[in-house]
Amino acid sequence: MLEAQMELTVDELKGLVSQRAIDGETMILNMGPQHPSTHGVLRLILELDGETIVNCVPDIGFLHTGIEKNMEAKTYEKALVMTDRMDYLNPLGNNLCYCLAVETLVELDVPPRAQVVRVLLTELTRIASHLVWLGTHALDLAAMSVFLYTWREREILMDIFEMCSGQRMMTSYFRPGGLWRDLPNGFEEAVQQFIDLFPDRIEEYENLLTENPLYIDRTRGIGVISTTEALEIGLTGPNLRATGMPFDLRKTRPYSGYEQFDFEVPTASNGDTYDRYVVRMEEMRQSLRIVQQALVRLPEGPFRSDNRKFVPPPRSELGHSMEAVIHHFKLWTEGFSAPKGAVYVPVESPRGVLGCYLVGDGGPMPMRVHFRTPSFANLQALPMLAKGHLVADLVAIISSLDPILGDVDR
Amino acid sequence: MSGAKAFLAELRQELEDRVLDSFEFRDQFTAVLQPDAIADACEFLRQRDFDLLIALTAADHWPEEPRFEMVYQLYSTHLDVLIGLSVFLDGDEPKIPSIETIYPNANWHEREVFDMFGIDFPGSSDLRRIIMPHDWEGHPLRRDYPLGYEEVQFSFNYDEIDKRKKYAKD
Amino acid sequence: MWPLLTGLACCAIEMMAAQAPDYDMSRFGMELMRASPRQSDLLIVAGRVSRKMAPVLRRLYDQMPEPKWVIAMGDCCSCGGVFNNYAIVPGVDEVMPVDIYIAGCPPRPEGLIHGILTLHDKVMAEKLA
Repeated sequence: MLEAQMELTVDELKGLVSQRAIDGETMILNMGPQHPSTHGVLRLILELDGETIVNCVPDIGFLHTGIEKNMEAKTYEKALVMTDRMDYLNPLGNNLCYCLAVETLVELDVPPRAQVVRVLLTELTRIASHLVWLGTHALDLAAMSVFLYTWREREILMDIFEMCSGQRMMTSYFRPGGLWRDLPNGFEEAVQQFIDLFPDRIEEYENLLTENPLYIDRTRGIGVISTTEALEIGLTGPNLRATGMPFDLRKTRPYSGYEQFDFEVPTASNGDTYDRYVVRMEEMRQSLRIVQQALVRLPEGPFRSDNRKFVPPPRSELGHSMEAVIHHFKLWTEGFSAPKGAVYVPVESPRGVLGCYLVGDGGPMPMRVHFRTPSFANLQALPMLAKGHLVADLVAIISSLDPILGDVDR
Repeated sequence: MSGAKAFLAELRQELEDRVLDSFEFRDQFTAVLQPDAIADACEFLRQRDFDLLIALTAADHWPEEPRFEMVYQLYSTHLDVLIGLSVFLDGDEPKIPSIETIYPNANWHEREVFDMFGIDFPGSSDLRRIIMPHDWEGHPLRRDYPLGYEEVQFSFNYDEIDKRKKYAKD
Repeated sequence: MWPLLTGLACCAIEMMAAQAPDYDMSRFGMELMRASPRQSDLLIVAGRVSRKMAPVLRRLYDQMPEPKWVIAMGDCCSCGGVFNNYAIVPGVDEVMPVDIYIAGCPPRPEGLIHGILTLHDKVMAEKLA
């Protein structure tokens, strides 16, 4: 009975492929959900003419987690933990998006220290995410050593996140109104060490790939897309910037104080797999610049808002203030209420535009949370990119789009 | 921000009384449209440089009627203007014209809404379930669909639940 | 023991981290991840198992040659974890028998290594039937 669920009916399959496949001229190949280079549980139904892809139909949903539904059953603060697990390479970026949406909905201000820390950690997450991408992308193209190098640096970042929040990946460190707690001792030194170390390491990766003829042969001219096509199909992030369009929400629509930082939006011109690689490499350098600036200007002051209607009081107040006890009790049992209304907050995640659509109904739980996840939108471009290429190139194209299946299916 | 306001005024002029309402909430501008006006509104904004359909989703206001609210967020990458369009749909046989011909990326988003809310999109080229298994019953994100959680085992009720838990065999 | 190279969600990233230089699972003779179920005898279920993925996972399990073992890595596939809802199978043990459960969301790479070593001990104590 269980097996029957995963198969498509013949009629459904007929609608997806061309007449040539039904006549037996072309071959239908199922790729995934368990495949080493689909970056998770993506399933592709390929129609092949020899080794050339005629048709590519993605079948997603194998990691559908019901996150949006589950968030509706939790209070605003508790729903935060779900966002980490959506795009699991960019947990802090998801937290940021959700927190900004909640803060917009309830009109809550965030102190400057928290804003700068948020920018700093989000950029470190961006680097960590690009490192995973680089490692697995190279691994898909059979360059094993890059994987080993990038994960070495990623561990340094994981240690920094663990230092702040006590968790390596699912940090939930940003909360509506600020941060969970203040930065720990030794944080600044750890980040400074990373900043000193990392530029050389990027050079190291570039030495391995950028001018490597094997790598260039596998990626240049593969999966080309133009800016107009990319916008039509909803492609954003580094994939869009590789087509030559300098669209980055951190610049065009700054949030969380990004307008105070000096950085560039790297672009390339061809829109192929190689350019997407170039853009991401440069993005890591720019992120590092932002981290450096954030570390220098890290202001002193409170790390979360003192609006007691939304943010719990510090532990020290509980001993002597009845009001603090009441607020604490209220926030941890019932949670805070948000007004009736809907907000839409888009931010720039490592993969593109991440948008949070949040509807409040006056109660302590969101009525509807929707995430416009970049991977979902980007993956839609895959059939367009894959058409006419070889199966071996498809592997490069999938990884260059950088889909995270948790982000696709939610 | 004022840009969005100007566009909404233009939209109101173009579509006249098919724009039912327009409002501002937290610096974000939204127009409420009649269901048959959505394609025209998208076409109109598309020609005015709104080149990216950022989001297409729905919300369920059950048990209120009209029950479903379709939400479109259009963004202009050149002007940096975000406009929301929203359309209210009835609870029984909700349907709204597809905007796939105007914004091709609406396809997957519409499939997702179809899958999760059961809203029909006449004119869509490929309306199948996208996320749930194809033989799934019901539409999970509707408010009257149960969350479907399982009882949690604690030490006091561990044995009792363990007895009826279906463990797999070899 | 040859694990099957299959990752589902967040835990798969930590599984990769366990293979990477800092944790280096190869120290215990575990570096060989096979992409084909027919060549592997350990299934590490790394991540949440959705209703749509469960039959696929069971098929992978059925394709593995005997003797075979299963590790449920992380809270989600041990018991459902934070996702107690319609989409997630609450524990992969409803789909296949599990030998070792590893707690954590996601577990640290050390946690995975400890789980695998515990499995080694368990296998050593097993008797031929």
